[in-house]
Amino acid sequence: MLSLYDGALDVPKILKEWYDAEAQSNYGAYIPFVGTVRSEDGIDGLSFDIYEPILESWYEAWQKKAQERGAIIKMAHSRGDVMLHESSYIAAVFSPKRRVALEFIDEFVEDFKASAPIWKYDLIDGQRVYAKDRSTAIKGSGILGANQ
Amino acid sequence: MVRVEFLGPIQKDALELEITNLNELAEILQKDKELSEWLQNSAVAVNDTMVSSLDVVLQDGDKISLLPPVCGG
Repeated sequence: MLSLYDGALDVPKILKEWYDAEAQSNYGAYIPFVGTVRSEDGIDGLSFDIYEPILESWYEAWQKKAQERGAIIKMAHSRGDVMLHESSYIAAVFSPKRRVALEFIDEFVEDFKASAPIWKYDLIDGQRVYAKDRSTAIKGSGILGANQ
Repeated sequence: MVRVEFLGPIQKDALELEITNLNELAEILQKDKELSEWLQNSAVAVNDTMVSSLDVVLQDGDKISLLPPVCGG
């Protein structure tokens, strides 16, 4: 399940919805990761753009990988502005045993950071500033550039 | 005619171009100096599927997307 929301995530509600949905599914482990906007470098918050068609196909590929290991994933992300101490991202893995879920949440979130088509901006003094230094070029980038 | 979209922080309106492959697109976009850094660090998708080389034949109605460096979460 991939859910996108305008603005901050309602963390307790989403975690409970996911828990309730799988409570009778015989999974032994539920490992959520919640990302919260921290106060640093004078920002007022973060803002996000998402390209949904490719995010959905990226997510479906990971859901397939999870299923091959007997697990399922769920993910929620914000569009637009998310202020300090609010949350913009939740990922979770349900699996029969904890080891698969602990390993899978790590692999999934790492690839999310490197590949998911989401762009982050710092909100500073009312401006939306692209977080260029914290962003990662997607694998295979640069083919349209000179000297290829 | 193919449509070229610049995603996320690339501040550029979409283009409609009469081109038949990605090499032609590279030649056109490389003339735009404001795009030069984005061309070096952006990934490319054709009809929402990522491509890893310029050896792609384009059809009328195709959509090309440039995806600059990402940072979700």
